[in-house]
Amino acid sequence: MSDLTFTLIEFGIKAAIIINIVLVMASVEVYLERKISAWIQNRVGPNRVGPMGLLQPIADVVKLFMKEDLVPKAAFQGFHRLAPLLTLAVAIGVYAVIPYAHYVNIGERTVYWGIAPNINIGVLFILAMTSIGVYGITLAGWASNSKYSLLGGLRSAAQMISYELSMGLSLLGVILIAGTLSLNEIILFQRDGWYGLRWMVFLQPVGFLIFLVSSFAETNRTPFDLPEAEPELVGGYNTEYSGMKFGMFFLAEYANMATASAFLSLLYFGGWSLPFPEFWDSIGLIEGTWSRALLQFGSFFVKLMIFIVFFIWVRWTVPRFRYDQLMNLGWKVLLPLSIINLFVTASVIIFFGL
Amino acid sequence: MNNRKNTEAERLTFWEKMYIPEIARGLGITLRQMFKPKDFVRQYPEQRWEPTGSFRGRPVLVEEDGGERCVACGLCARVCPALAIEVQAGETPREKERYPEKFEINMLRCIFCSYCEEVCPEEAIVMSKDYEIVYTSPQEAILGKDELLVPKAKLQDRLEFLRQYK
Ligand code: SF4
Ligand code: SF4
Repeated sequence: MSDLTFTLIEFGIKAAIIINIVLVMASVEVYLERKISAWIQNRVGPNRVGPMGLLQPIADVVKLFMKEDLVPKAAFQGFHRLAPLLTLAVAIGVYAVIPYAHYVNIGERTVYWGIAPNINIGVLFILAMTSIGVYGITLAGWASNSKYSLLGGLRSAAQMISYELSMGLSLLGVILIAGTLSLNEIILFQRDGWYGLRWMVFLQPVGFLIFLVSSFAETNRTPFDLPEAEPELVGGYNTEYSGMKFGMFFLAEYANMATASAFLSLLYFGGWSLPFPEFWDSIGLIEGTWSRALLQFGSFFVKLMIFIVFFIWVRWTVPRFRYDQLMNLGWKVLLPLSIINLFVTASVIIFFGL
Repeated sequence: MNNRKNTEAERLTFWEKMYIPEIARGLGITLRQMFKPKDFVRQYPEQRWEPTGSFRGRPVLVEEDGGERCVACGLCARVCPALAIEVQAGETPREKERYPEKFEINMLRCIFCSYCEEVCPEEAIVMSKDYEIVYTSPQEAILGKDELLVPKAKLQDRLEFLRQYK
C-alpha cells in the first residue's frame, strides 16, 4: 500500500469516527443537561424513553426531524439556510486539531489520535474557528428579518468581540510558558515535569479563571447566554428557525460546549497526559501501544466530562447577567486582569527563567 | 447629594462584588440539591392524585333517585361569570315539577369559580374531582346532560364539604 492511500484511509476513518463522537457527545450532553437540571430543581428528569430515559436524546432528534421546517416569508432565503450550516460546520471543524491521545504504532507507521494534533498553530486554529462561529449566529439573526433574532445576533457579536480579547490574552500566558502554539506540544510540556502533573492551571491560575469565564461567554451559556435569552428575546437568534435547522443550532451549541471543555482540559489540565508517566512505562504500557493510548484517551475523556458537567452545573446555578454587567465584566475586569496576568507571566519568564 | 447606600450594588461587600466566592457558594447549594431524594415526585399516569373534597374540578349535576336534583331555576346560568351554562326548563310529573330539558356547560368557557355551586338552591350542581379535562374539538367541550349527570354517591366528599363550610 502506498503512503498516499494509507494516509487517505487513515484520515477518512479518523474523520468518520470524530464526527460521530461529536454527534454522540452532543446527545450525551443534552441528556446530562436535562438530568442535572432536573436534579438541581428537585425533579426526576426524563425517565420515560428507554431505561432511565437514556433514549430521550434520540426521541428529541426524531421529533426535530419530523417537524415542519418553516422559513419566514421576509427572510433572506439563502442566508437563512446557510446560517445553521455554517454554525454547525465550524463547531465540528474545530475537532480536527484536538488530540484525543498521543499515538499508536501500527506496523511501521505512527498513527496520531486526532486528525491534525501536531499542527503547529493548533491554538490559533481553534480560536479562529470559534470566532467564525459567531458569523453563523449573527447571520441567522440578520437573515431571519425579525427584531428578536436581530437583537440576539447583535448581542452575540458584541459579546464575542468583548470576550475573545481577554480569552486570547489569557491564553498567551500558557503559550509563553510552553513556548509553542501546537496543542500536542503544550500537553507534552505539561506531562514532562512534576510527575506528569505540571498542569498549566497550577502555573496560570488567574489565566485559567479568565479563560473559564470567557469560554462561558464564547459558548453562549448561562450566565452569558444573552444572545438567546428566552425571557427577553423569545429565542434570540434562533427564534425563526424550526425543525432540523433549529436542531443544527442546538447541536452546534452543544458541540461548542464540548470544544470549550476539551480546550480547557488540553490547555490547563494536561489533556491526554497521564500522571506518573514513569509508572506506566515500568508496567509495560509504553508510548505507542494501544493500551497506553486508550488509557490516555480515558484520561482526556474524564477531564472533558468533568468540564461538561461543570458547564451544566453552572448554567442551572447562576442567573443571567444584565447586558451592562456583561460588558463591564468583559472590558473593565477581565481585560485589565488578563493584561496584568500576561505582564506578570512575561516578567517572571524573563527575570527568573522557567 | 446622594450619599446613602441605596442601591443593591452599593450595599454589596467587597467579596460579594468579586463574584467568585458567591458563585462557589451557589454551586454548593445546587450540588446539595442534586443529591436530595426526589421521592415526592409523582409518576403521573401511573400514580394518580386523589383530590380532597375541597378540590374544584369539572362542575357536574347531582343525580338522585334516577333523575337530576336540578329544578331549572336558571340561577347558575345567571351567575356564571363566564357565561358557560345554558339551561332550558321543562315540566315533569315528579314532585319537583320542573326539570332541565337541556343543560349544557361549555368547558372551554368555564373558569372553575364554583359560583354556580354556591348559588344553586337545590345543591344540584357541584364541583367534582375530575381534573383530567381534555377535548379534541370545541364541539366536544360542550357537555350535555348525559355527561354532566353523576350519581350522588360519587360526589359524597364534596357534598359533605359543602355542608360543613358553605
Ligand atoms: S343547577 Fe341549581 S341553580 Fe342551576 S338551574 Fe339547576 S337548580 Fe337552578
Ligand atoms: S364554575 Fe363558574 S364558570 Fe364554571 S360553570 Fe360554574 S359558575 Fe360558570
